[in-house]
Amino acid sequence: MFEQVDLKETFTELVRRASTDLPGEVVDAIRAGRNVEEDGSLAQKALDTILTNIVMADESSAPLCQDTGTPVVWIKYPVGVSTRRLEADFTEAVRRATKLKYLRPNAVDTLTGRNTGNGTGRAIPSIHFEEWDGPGLEVKMILKGGGSENVGAQYKLPDTGLEAGRDLEGVRRVVLDAVVQAQGKGCAPGVLAICIGGDRVSSFEHSKEQLLRSLGDTNPNPELAELEKRLMAEANELGIGPMGFGGKTTVLGVKIGVLDRLPACYFVTVTYMCWADRRAIVQIDEEGGLTWLS
Amino acid sequence: MAELKLPVSEKSVRDLEVGDFLELSGRMITGRDAAHKWLMEEYREEVAPFLKDTVIYHCGPVVNQKDDGSWEFIAAGPTTSIREEPYQADVIARYGLRGVIGKGGMAGRTLAGLGNSGAVYLHAIGGAAQVLARAIPRVEKVFMLDEFGVPEALWVIEVDRFPVVVTMDSHGGSLHDTIENGSKTKFDELLGRKG
Ligand code: SF4
Repeated sequence: MFEQVDLKETFTELVRRASTDLPGEVVDAIRAGRNVEEDGSLAQKALDTILTNIVMADESSAPLCQDTGTPVVWIKYPVGVSTRRLEADFTEAVRRATKLKYLRPNAVDTLTGRNTGNGTGRAIPSIHFEEWDGPGLEVKMILKGGGSENVGAQYKLPDTGLEAGRDLEGVRRVVLDAVVQAQGKGCAPGVLAICIGGDRVSSFEHSKEQLLRSLGDTNPNPELAELEKRLMAEANELGIGPMGFGGKTTVLGVKIGVLDRLPACYFVTVTYMCWADRRAIVQIDEEGGLTWLS
Repeated sequence: MAELKLPVSEKSVRDLEVGDFLELSGRMITGRDAAHKWLMEEYREEVAPFLKDTVIYHCGPVVNQKDDGSWEFIAAGPTTSIREEPYQADVIARYGLRGVIGKGGMAGRTLAGLGNSGAVYLHAIGGAAQVLARAIPRVEKVFMLDEFGVPEALWVIEVDRFPVVVTMDSHGGSLHDTIENGSKTKFDELLGRKG
């Protein structure tokens, strides 16, 4: 299955799209933010610069940001497809994309400090597999920047300092704390991708998975949908603004997912994604036909 | 918006205030972690003239070497500045820098150094790699390329209307402190607690 299909080429194109072209609804959210900022304010100037940058990157097929991030990938595959092959093909695609300068050589040997030079390394790219009933492949990817990754946070409830208990009010309190701690340092305005529950690892992973959702979607759980809305409004009242220059546009979206937990644990994980909220999705049918989504 | 020509005098820099939006034109130099450490290990005479009365840009660029051997910047956004906090004030004083460009702001030691030496912290737009690369039409020279590699080398560059915001000035003003304090007050209010 898929033996005749050149997956490396498709994966390389997926990386190019993610690195150079932001999803339309993210651009719309940045533009909407720009329009609510005061004319001539630093916030508006910052957002104007970002919007110009987005057009330039798209037109010249060049990276939106010089930190091209970690490729984090979720692949759904039908019964009988080798995940080893998929992993090898995707890794090769990252090498090609690096050579073509869609990506910066962005992997460093942690102990020696030496850059691997080809964009790949241990756990880079980071790929998650899931077998499904569909006949084709579905590949979703984000490019997760380092500056914004540095301001992510994981809380365990209860948190006495923040008076945050094990309920959605507790979640609200720690998430707002994460935004205050981050200030503009994660290249605000950002997207808050949150997971409630899970263990320390699954919680981070599931929070990142929230970045695959469209900014404009509605959470199927009405309570969480409500909390997403409220957190977005409250985060934007903090006055941090683009780059931390002050202003009304601190976050572009809030997405919350849930996992079950151990009785002893209640984690709330906040992944902060910068304005360069890069994502690309492709569906590949058995003949190699492609459907591009974002 | 004001244009600021580099090199710049101490007096012009002391006139700048937090919140000023500037477009820089002229010669500056890049440097990040390895460069700052190296500049403080001993006085680097060969680089000193390229630091005097100009600014150092915290940037690890993506560069391209053209067929004729010359260099160009193809992506050049700012990197996080706070890592240089242990060195910055001393590098400014020792080499007569008039400013620093980066993102995220810096802390008290640097802020005091800006006042003592007559310098400013300039915030570039994080992630705006294409806009900023295009404001760098020429790469003049590079120091320590073999030793430090592309991102960490000291690149002497010419900039043309490079957009920045003064977020820390020579009068003790810091936009970062103001915004952080404001957001904490609002945070306490949202959480229903007294500050
Ligand atoms: S946080 Fe995002 S936008 Fe900012 S430098 Fe890193 S990848 Fe680029």
